[in-house]
Amino acid sequence: MKWFDYAAPASLSEAVGLLTAHPGARLLAGGTDLLVQLRAGRKETDLVVDAKHIPELNAISYDAARGLTLGASVPCYRIYKDKNVTGAYPALAEVASLIGGTQIQGRASIGGNLCNAAPSADSVPLLIALHGTCRIAGPRGSREIAVEDFCTAPGRTVLQPGELLVSLHLPPPAPHSGARYLRFIPRNEMDIAVAGAGVEVVLENGRFRSARVALSSVAPTPLYVREAGEALAGSPVDEASIAAAAEIARKSAKPITDMRGTADYRSHLCAVLTRRALEAAVLRARGKN
Amino acid sequence: MKTQEYTVVGTRPIRHDGVDKVTGRALYGADFQMAGLLYGHILRSPHAHARIRRIDTSKAEQLPGVKAVVTAGDFPEVPERMVDLGEGDTPLSYARGNVLAKGKVLYKGHAIAAVAATSVHVAEEAAGLIEVDYEVLPCVLTAPEAMQDGAAILHDDLKTKEFGEQTGRVSNVAEHFRYAMGDIEAGFAQAEVMVEREFNTATVHQGYIEPHNATALWNNDGRILVWCSTQGSFSVRDVTACLLDVPVSRVRVTPMEIGGGFGGKIPVYLEPVAALLSKKTGKPVKIVMSRKDVFEGSGPTPGSHMKVKIGARKDGRITAAQAYLAYEAGAYPGAMVAPGAMCVFAAYDIANVVIDGFDVVVNKPSTAAYRAPGATNAAFAAESVVDEIAEKLGIDPLDFRLKNAAKEGTRRADGPKYRRIGCVEVIEAMKNHPHYTAPLGGPHRGRGVAIGFWFNVGLPSSCTISVSADGTVNLVEGSTDIGGTRTSIAMQAAEVLGIPAEDVHPTVVDTDSVGFTAVTGGSRTTFATGWAAYEAAQDVVRQMKERAAKIWETEAASVALDRGVFQSGDKRMTFQELAAKLDQTGGPVVGRGAVNPRGVGGSFSGCIADVEVDPETGKVTILRFTSVQDAGKAIHPSYVEGQMQGGSVQGIGWALNEEYFMNDAGSMTNSSLLDYRMPTALDLPMIDTVIVEVPNPGHPFGARGVGEANIVPPPGAIANAIYRAAGVRMNRLPMNPPAIMQAIWSQRD
Ligand SMILES: Cc1cc2nc3c(=O)[nH]c(=O)nc-3n(C[C@H](O)[C@H](O)[C@H](O)COP(=O)(O)OP(=O)(O)OC[C@H]3O[C@@H](n4cnc5c(N)ncnc54)[C@H](O)[C@@H]3O)c2cc1C
Repeated sequence: MKWFDYAAPASLSEAVGLLTAHPGARLLAGGTDLLVQLRAGRKETDLVVDAKHIPELNAISYDAARGLTLGASVPCYRIYKDKNVTGAYPALAEVASLIGGTQIQGRASIGGNLCNAAPSADSVPLLIALHGTCRIAGPRGSREIAVEDFCTAPGRTVLQPGELLVSLHLPPPAPHSGARYLRFIPRNEMDIAVAGAGVEVVLENGRFRSARVALSSVAPTPLYVREAGEALAGSPVDEASIAAAAEIARKSAKPITDMRGTADYRSHLCAVLTRRALEAAVLRARGKN
Repeated sequence: MKTQEYTVVGTRPIRHDGVDKVTGRALYGADFQMAGLLYGHILRSPHAHARIRRIDTSKAEQLPGVKAVVTAGDFPEVPERMVDLGEGDTPLSYARGNVLAKGKVLYKGHAIAAVAATSVHVAEEAAGLIEVDYEVLPCVLTAPEAMQDGAAILHDDLKTKEFGEQTGRVSNVAEHFRYAMGDIEAGFAQAEVMVEREFNTATVHQGYIEPHNATALWNNDGRILVWCSTQGSFSVRDVTACLLDVPVSRVRVTPMEIGGGFGGKIPVYLEPVAALLSKKTGKPVKIVMSRKDVFEGSGPTPGSHMKVKIGARKDGRITAAQAYLAYEAGAYPGAMVAPGAMCVFAAYDIANVVIDGFDVVVNKPSTAAYRAPGATNAAFAAESVVDEIAEKLGIDPLDFRLKNAAKEGTRRADGPKYRRIGCVEVIEAMKNHPHYTAPLGGPHRGRGVAIGFWFNVGLPSSCTISVSADGTVNLVEGSTDIGGTRTSIAMQAAEVLGIPAEDVHPTVVDTDSVGFTAVTGGSRTTFATGWAAYEAAQDVVRQMKERAAKIWETEAASVALDRGVFQSGDKRMTFQELAAKLDQTGGPVVGRGAVNPRGVGGSFSGCIADVEVDPETGKVTILRFTSVQDAGKAIHPSYVEGQMQGGSVQGIGWALNEEYFMNDAGSMTNSSLLDYRMPTALDLPMIDTVIVEVPNPGHPFGARGVGEANIVPPPGAIANAIYRAAGVRMNRLPMNPPAIMQAIWSQRD
């Protein structure tokens, strides 16, 4: 690991200023990806900019009419301990408690999970399923973008020099809706998803009013499978509809073979996990979980 | 089965090093600090196989903070000879070549050069400035690949030895040997059922949590002082002295506390390099491996390619068994294939046997011992085939094993005849355990069993015991304590002296301070160093009796010691009372014990595993696991159980997920604990243990070694359980979820 400087700006404008002046700078949220990568020599930087003193990045606010605004650097433990989150977005609380173990959750943030842009990031499929949007600040002001459009390649995002992620926004949950993220790992903890599926369903009179499906670890970026949700919309809530959506998920996946699993196996898992996640989300939408 | 009543042996005192370990005060190698300490970093090969055309260290040397750079050229030139690295002989050039590559790199991670600097970060940066010009060569990564005609050759001077004869043929096969007994053709001709299967197992690592580390000071008086994490301080001393071409007495090795070894901390990697850097700088130099270094640059256990064929009669008697074992030694010869070959059918009484073993070099790290080295691979193959035969015959798998179990007098294919062993008793204990008949309680579940053997070894050990005036004793020994051996050794002395285990203060000391003691390995420490302690305690008793006799003005021969009380006629004196009178009766009492014991008792182990297989993902959950082992006599039952649980867990990890995942270029792509996937506490049930005690007639207290046999059966048992849960016979390790799904799919097609 090479020497680097450290700055801890106390305001968003100061942070943007630092990032603009130092194009090689790296933002530090929980550091559970960044520090590991710096130590292993996989990333290099001469300036680390700590995001944990910028107010907008460290706040959670919820409003039944407008939804949830989650500061990019809020650590997981604050998310799953937040009553509004556990009440309105139980699946988000689950994902926050899925990432790493207790020590990691004390630091790791959802913003960091997204900005690290790993195909395996556990929170991202769920954020996509929950219609998440990103608020980005930069030298030319701020902009909004859908979560599914944020990652562009492994380790790459739409962020331009000087830009940073300020917060994530989730709309309020629709009535009779339920969401769930399921991942497959060979061990029971401390593992990277071989594949994962995040889903949200909205039910109406025994049918899916709408649904969204997104996958992790089976493409260069977290993958939004629009067609799976479209196929479900309007169809009856039954095994056949769910199986059809799962099959679409399987076909949309473009996995690779690596140490975590073969391509065939990962595609297969997409179907299994999408089905299981949809079943769980349906139960939740019916108030059964 | 109580043969003798003991007061200390067989009890469970708190370990002497316990407080320091739980409070974090125990000192490990990485904790070592010294004034003027420099930090070393090793440059490792990015290629699996390449010729080194040129190494240019000039840029690294110019980096501020860098104090020295060394390469293989800094080793003294010494003529080729065989050296003992703690577990067998190796040519000196191989030992040296693995420490710092000369001419060629043979695996990704092979050490090439080392830097000493004022901080680890500077050393690391400087290593990156060393320019190495490589001619990249094709690599071979598995035994079958390496054995093919036209395969890339690792060592131009390695000629195949076949059946003990030098063939003169240059190849990657260092040796092909055969153990044979009876008439294999006739044996198979008598068989009414026959099963022949092929197996492949991946390279796996011992996975000790503490990385290798060493600090060396080449002192101004010419002595080389070393502090390190090792299973054998004397083998570090001897190898370091040998590579640096100095007499052994010039090297003093202080073994620090050790965070696991399992065989992997027998080889020497860092010590001679730190010493060379210290010689150049005049300062102490410390080198600590990263996890990646440990995976890529230390010694995992061989991957293997195996075939096993077994024939049996309808009545359940095995008539013949044949095995073909090709093990990957890694970069240098010495895969633990001979022990694998000796163990493959060691649990069975079979008249007609042929076992072929191949020691094959490949472009992977040079392998080291791993807990019953060689035996686990072989048992996975043999126990899978045994299970299939029992199934074909419709015989209960444990009854089938009982019918064929090795006993006293059974001859193994490699020659030796067993003395009293506990194979039958272990299988009976498995059968009688409630686990074996408990309902499985759900679909997709299965139960599997397997058994296994490990020899254990003797080898030299030394010990001294000094009596203190307060009636306690100080016990000095040289065995690195990996599994609670300070205590199991102290207990044997306490038993002889008739004092509580707590009154024996054991210390593991440096190589200047105790007689030669071989490595903590081969399940030998409680057996052999315990025996040295037994002898030292006997020596103390003999001297103490003389003192008592002096005080009582009688013959020493008339003095008896019973449970800590010396008696002669109606005179009685406790050990403590007599200890207070040593100064007046002739001075200190120091007992010594130095042994090289024969009488080693092999240990059998078995396990019962219940698994559930998710039919959609192939994920295996271990629901219940029972480990049974013959300890001979369990000196400290808790530590025996600890060994059984530890071996079981390592066997489970090996079975399910652990592997060196190599890409085509010979690079391990999962060299972190995250992706290497050892099981964590959340992946395991509580491991139930049953200690069987069939005393070893060759040890004063009947102890057999217990550190190793327990890792041997788990992969076979789990494979057999998976078959019953999911209907697929797995012929490869690891049996990870994608492999199991693949097997399920292939069966459907
Ligand atoms: C032991 C362990 C277990 C783990 N387990 C999991 C797991 O189960 N699932 C999983 O998905 N991940 C896991 N991870 C990875 C990691 O913890 C997560 O990705 C985590 O969410 C990262 O958050 P962070 O706040 O620590 O990010 P950091 O490491 O601080 O940042 C990650 C990256 O994002 C950039 N960044 C951070 N915030 C911003 C911002 N606001 N704007 C722009 N760029 C930003 C950083 O510069 C860096 O490149 C694990 C890591 C470890 C060490």
